[in-house]
Order: sequence, then structure tokens, then C-alpha cells
Amino acid sequence: MKALVAVKRVLDYNVKPRIKPDGSAMDLDNLKMSMNPFCEIAVEEAIRLKEKGVVSEVVVVTVGDKKSEEQLRTALALGADSAIRVDSEGEQSPLTIAKTLAAVAQKEAAELVIMGKQAIDGDNNQTGQMLAARLDWPQATFASEVSINEGKANVVREIDGGLETLAVTLPAVITTDLRLNEPRFAKLPDIMKAKRKPLAVLSFDELNIEPSNTVIVESIEPPAQRSGGRKVASVDELVDALKNEAKVIS
Amino acid sequence: MSVLIIADSPNEALAKSVKQTLMAAYKLGGEVTVAINAQAESEAVKALAAMANVANIWLVPEARTAEAIVATLEDKCNDFCHILGPATTFGKNVLPRLAAKLDKEMVSDVIEILSVDRFKRPIYAGNAIATVKVSGQVIATVRPTAFDAYDDTGDAASVETLSLVDTGKAQFVGLQAPESTRPELTQADIVVSGGRGVGSAENFAIIEGLADKLGAAVGASRAAVDAGYVPNDWQVGQTGKVVAPDLYVAVGISGAIQHLAGMKGSKTIVAINKDEEAPIFEVADFGLVADLFQAVPELSDKVK
Repeated sequence: MKALVAVKRVLDYNVKPRIKPDGSAMDLDNLKMSMNPFCEIAVEEAIRLKEKGVVSEVVVVTVGDKKSEEQLRTALALGADSAIRVDSEGEQSPLTIAKTLAAVAQKEAAELVIMGKQAIDGDNNQTGQMLAARLDWPQATFASEVSINEGKANVVREIDGGLETLAVTLPAVITTDLRLNEPRFAKLPDIMKAKRKPLAVLSFDELNIEPSNTVIVESIEPPAQRSGGRKVASVDELVDALKNEAKVIS
Repeated sequence: MSVLIIADSPNEALAKSVKQTLMAAYKLGGEVTVAINAQAESEAVKALAAMANVANIWLVPEARTAEAIVATLEDKCNDFCHILGPATTFGKNVLPRLAAKLDKEMVSDVIEILSVDRFKRPIYAGNAIATVKVSGQVIATVRPTAFDAYDDTGDAASVETLSLVDTGKAQFVGLQAPESTRPELTQADIVVSGGRGVGSAENFAIIEGLADKLGAAVGASRAAVDAGYVPNDWQVGQTGKVVAPDLYVAVGISGAIQHLAGMKGSKTIVAINKDEEAPIFEVADFGLVADLFQAVPELSDKVK
């Protein structure tokens, strides 16, 4: 069974994001970019399934510009077999990416797609669900445990009220939550080997995708700042402040 | 103008997240239909039917998966100019699937409604707020904590049970719900959260003791969850739950941006940390630099 893993190049999660002074977009120039942390977990899960013999081949895919090949190479170094980049300048909508991934999944005859539950830049948490819808496959979102046998995936999902178990018939889309696994680090010889692994570049035209954008970002602004607080010297002073100043306890 | 809300209400009482989504619909105006996977005779449905702004209720009681809910509703969506769901794990799971079936883009986590087609939403873990404009039908999840609960009662709504359409490709197997007598995290007026500084699962009893004294829910940072001190559905943050209580007490939490994204909307924030340089103090209204093992029990003794 072939597994497709979608990855995204995003601003590294340790870097404090900056907004361009004119409020038109985020300022990403010269800042450290990395693979989205949830995508790392997806890559790791696919490789573990391959190590267990459940998956025979792992194809990693991204939609992005030339620079995002860096993240594809990272995934190849971690153990993916081949990579596909669908060439795109600028940010595409989750729906466009879902349609693109659906075309790639069909082209590759993948039976399983694993991807992160959300990218930490747009915080949308949409693409996996949209992909499942476009393929008319079942979805198992926010996965913290995956076991696959006899054409089914049993997935434990992190939901608001606890943990829910779903059984989905393959082919299916699984989106990863944080606790699914702990991603490994790429070893230097594997990073060297990854440079020789196949990386194909496709265009939207080849996949018959017409990028759309009906949700337009008009402007970006910093969040409202909290007015500066103060330090209290003792528990007594804290209790007094909460009772008499903030009036949040009686 | 008409609005469809797709929501769930897992307990007997009507979930606060549904009332908060109703407030968002009320701000948009127009007639509201609520599709909900609840039983006709439940308290939640009775309460919903009595709400002033709700005209119709569609019940899909057997729908346990996103596949079934979307398959049941997708043909009924064309008449609505807005389709909303709460940005809970339920709404996040269902709405994007529905949007893609309808070939529409969607807006996640709306925190402010500027007009019928312009919305504000946080990006980059709440470090930036984007204003987005939608052309055509609007499909969106709304961040419940950004809206007050709608609670006006009025004329009774019509209630109809829809016949379930299911693809059969996804089955609900079971639910492991941790037992708790405390208020639900996202609905609590007070939240007491512990982080890595608490040190162990046993030590979390100190946090829980203070929470119980205050009638509060217990939250945690990702570090505390990953260290196995507490179950993961207690996690507050960008990837966990977003809370906005009247009082948020952060104990032994440094205040990483991912955590702040989940609690910055709280009315009053208290930080107790022995590291006076911890970033949590930058957002705290009241900060106490102290050893939590002394300060928290002392605080428990001195409240109420």
C-alpha cells in the first residue's frame, strides 16, 4: 500500500512572527523556515507504518515554491521514498491545496494519506478534511493512535470530551495530533542519500487545478495588547487584589 | 438571510458552545436553523427549541461521524447564506468536509463579525489577526469563547428528525471520557492550570486542590501533558483548547506563545512562577514570583 504524506513549509515555531508595516501580509524575509510540526508527525507515522510492513512506499508531497524542496528533502532524509512538489507561488487556499492533493493521490494510486491536523501559520485545520471530502474517502482527524489491518484503520482521536475511537475503511485520510508519535531526527548519511532520491515537480495545469481564492485576506494587524499588569509581593496581596480589585473571587 | 448552524451537544444540557455560536448567528441576523446530533426528547433540544432566534431544528441523532453528518446535510445547504459551526473538535472535523463537498472555501475560528461577509480571525498562534472577506456563501467555524452565550427565549422552533444518510466508510467504535465533577474547561468561569513546574502527576493534586476550592476547571500546558502529569484533553493552547474565563491562574507555566494562544482572552490572568523572567508575567495582570509548592497551598487556604 502506498502512503502519501503532505507537508508544508512554515515559519519555524520558535520564531516570533512579524507583520509587515503596511499590514498587508506577514514578513517572512530572512526568517528561519521549517517543516510544520504536525507534518513532521505525519512523516514519522508513515515511516513507522513502512517499518511495520503495513505501507510499502511513502511519497511526500508539498504545494509551494522551489524553496519548499528543502522540506521535501528533509522528509526524504527521514525515510520517505520519493517526493513531489506542485509548483505554486504564494499562499493557496486550503480548498485549492485539497483539490491538488486529491489529484496527486489519484495519480499516485495512494490508499492512505497522512497529514498534519493544522499548519501553525494559517491555523486553519481544514485541508485534510477537505481532501477526504474531495476523494470521497473517510477521515480520521486529530489522531493520537493509528493501527491498520485488513483494509481498515482504527484511529484514536483527541476530541474535546476525551478520546474517541473510529474505524475507517481504507482508502482514508488521517490527520495527526501532537501525541501520535515523537518524530525522529535525520542522520547525516541519510541527509546525503536523500539528495539522490527522486523529486518530481508538477504544475497546477498538469493536474487540471484552477486555484481559487474566495476568502481574501484584506489586512493583518497585531492582536490587542493586554494592559501591563503588576507583580504582587505575597499571597495575601494576591488574594486582596483578586477580591477587591479584579473582583473575580468573593 | 438565513443561517444554518451545525453543532453537537454531547451532554444533557445545551452546550455553551452552541449558545455562543447562536450569538454569532444573531449578529449576522436572519432566520436560524440548527442541525444537531441530539435526541428529540433531550434537555438540550428542548432548550434550543425555546430560543428566540431559532426557527427550525434538524435532528440527526444517529450521526456519530463527520461522514454521516455531511452526507445527511450536504443537499440541504444551498438555501443558506451562512453555515456556521463552533470551533470545537466537532465543528473543526465537520465543517471543512462539508465546505469541500459544496466546493466552497471556509473561514476557521472567527473571533469577530465585522459585517455579513467580513470577519476577523487569529493566525500564527494568535500573534496576528487577519481580516478576511468572503465572496459567496459563507462557511465558518466561530471561536466560542469570543462570543457571549445567546440566551433569549421566544417562540418554539419547529423540530424535524432527518433520516440519516451514511457512507458506511467510518464507524464510531467508542469513547473514553475522563470522569470529572469539575466544570468543563472551555465553559468554566475560573481555570487553574499547571505546567512543567508542577513536577509530577502526584504534585498536580496541589493544582486540583486550588481548583476545587475556587470551583474551577483544571487546565495544563503542553509540557505537563507530554510529561504525563495529566490527560491531554486538559491542554490549553494553540493545539489544545482555547479558554477565556474570568480568572485564569497559571502555575509553573513559562508562557510559550503556543500556550498564550489558548488563554490570552481571559479577563484576569494570574501567574505564579519562581522564574521572574518567565514570559507569562508579560500577560499576567497579577504576578507572584514564588515557589508554587508554598504559594499554591497558602492560596488555597486563603480563598473562601
